[in-house]
Amino acid sequence: MTGVASFWSIRGHLGNSAYLALAAAGFTTFLAAWWMLAASGLVDPVFLPTPDGVVRRLAMWAREGDLLTDLKVSIGRVLGGFTLAAVMAVPLGIYIGSFRPVQAFFEPLMEFARYLPAVAFVPLVMLWVGIGESAKIALIWIGTYFQMVLMVSDNVRQVPMTQIEAAQTLGASRGEILSLVVFKSALPGIVDTLRITLGWAWTYLVVAELVAANSGLGYAILRAQRFLQTDKIFVGILLIGLLGLVMDQGLRLLHRRAFPWLHTR
Amino acid sequence: MTAPAPCIRIAGLGKTYPGQSLPALQAIDLDVAQGEFLALVGASGCGKSTLLRLIAGLEAPTSGGIWLDDAPVTGPGPERAVVFQDYSLYPWLTVLENVRFCRSLRVHTGNASDSQAASAVERSYALLDVMGLDAVRDHYPNQLSGGMRQRVAIARALMAQPRVLLMDEPFGALDAQTREVMHELILRLFEIERSTIVFVTHDVEEAVYLASRVVVLAPHPGRVDGVHTLSLPPPGERHPDLKLAPELLQWKKTVLERIRATSGVQHDLDKLNRLAELSRRRTPT
Ligand SMILES: Nc1ncnc2c1ncn2[C@@H]1O[C@H](COP(=O)(O)OP(=O)(O)OP(=O)(O)O)[C@@H](O)[C@H]1O
Ligand SMILES: [Mg+2]
Repeated sequence: MTGVASFWSIRGHLGNSAYLALAAAGFTTFLAAWWMLAASGLVDPVFLPTPDGVVRRLAMWAREGDLLTDLKVSIGRVLGGFTLAAVMAVPLGIYIGSFRPVQAFFEPLMEFARYLPAVAFVPLVMLWVGIGESAKIALIWIGTYFQMVLMVSDNVRQVPMTQIEAAQTLGASRGEILSLVVFKSALPGIVDTLRITLGWAWTYLVVAELVAANSGLGYAILRAQRFLQTDKIFVGILLIGLLGLVMDQGLRLLHRRAFPWLHTR
Repeated sequence: MTAPAPCIRIAGLGKTYPGQSLPALQAIDLDVAQGEFLALVGASGCGKSTLLRLIAGLEAPTSGGIWLDDAPVTGPGPERAVVFQDYSLYPWLTVLENVRFCRSLRVHTGNASDSQAASAVERSYALLDVMGLDAVRDHYPNQLSGGMRQRVAIARALMAQPRVLLMDEPFGALDAQTREVMHELILRLFEIERSTIVFVTHDVEEAVYLASRVVVLAPHPGRVDGVHTLSLPPPGERHPDLKLAPELLQWKKTVLERIRATSGVQHDLDKLNRLAELSRRRTPT
């Protein structure tokens, strides 16, 4: 059967419906394993709630609590910090990837900065900007900015030299080469970079909300721990995972829509 | 008949890449006449691409200079269009947008009443028509075959009516049949456009079939071994039958012999013999 053969061929083809079915099976297996472990009574429900218990808690949180506010606050912080980092990182990344002196000046500095542990900046950030909204934004920025700059500069360096030289022989000025060739050519890679760093932004959001907040999903998780509401902790964690997944898929969709030449054949 | 005025003058040209001890090119003197089809051949690494890139202004010479119509070449420009071997089309632009990329065209100024812009628009359609690209005008390059992609690259280079068309192994990645088709196409274009062409190739038959003069470069360091003015009909009047004509084969032989004489083939044979010797020793008797 060709179907079976192509199923296991390296980098073989897989139809859309088969892909979706397998993805659903993956989630189902995970849920089933969780449910069986929780229902078996081997683990104390205080440590491991059942999936339906978690769903009930979600409904309750939405109905009686401030789930929507927490969601909005957290999403706002992630997008704020992430957007600020992106707006600052993309231009610098393009310049580092295009001009050697700029690269020499910034790249070693950025390489150094990205190894500074962002989490260890929490006390500093609180000293500098307190525990207001700017603290969360600042931590997300510290956690994503330096990586973003370096990854964007890498995206820019991937632009084939021939494309740049062709533009030079076609009378393009330096500015035109940057905007019409380098940026356009690197853009799909840059969007991928943003998609990957968005995931990290969520991580740093939770860190910030765990230590310095009185609203948001991370703060809700922390409070739930104080009251031993394990199911609420689960809801918080799963919601963050789900939100990340949705944003990731959104950026993938944008990729397919905005760059048709990469997806038509 | 008076000699046509030189279009490109190359004098005492030398190029040493930074960090290299041996020059890639040394003391090149060469005149390219207006409307000439010149082919550059030679062993791999003899500096063909380097010479072409110097004419294009993509590299700066370390000695000597290049003049186009008596003006020194100091950088790239649309009057010296380049067709690269590969990967030079913009994958995010359609065929038509690629062809109209050239910045000196008034197409981009957005002034619709501009007569220059109007004629550029007309020319882009005419070029696509000649190139057989009409049907794929709105396709992206990755939807095209290799031969079609090179045709787009040639159309894009010709758009601004360059004085010189520089081509670095433009058909090197194409299969033999497609290459034959491209040979006829480039000869017809040469006849219509009357631009000067400098054409780098590995393929000696391609060189003698297309060009009116063939320059053989010798390696280490890159220098002119000889210039062969072919006693064949002018490029515009050539037809595929010529590929098997005795006079063409004679030229092919002459040029090939020069390339062999200047390249390290003998050296390689010695190495092969040494390897054969080692293999013999390992074979149990
Ligand atoms: N950017 C560079 N930096 C250093 N050396 C280079 C560079 N480009 C080319 N060279 C060297 O210069 C010499 C000539 O190279 P060039 O590419 O011009 O040869 P070529 O005749 O086009 O070869 P091929 O037939 O393989 O394309 C070679 O020895 C090559 O290694
Ligand atoms: Mg070459």
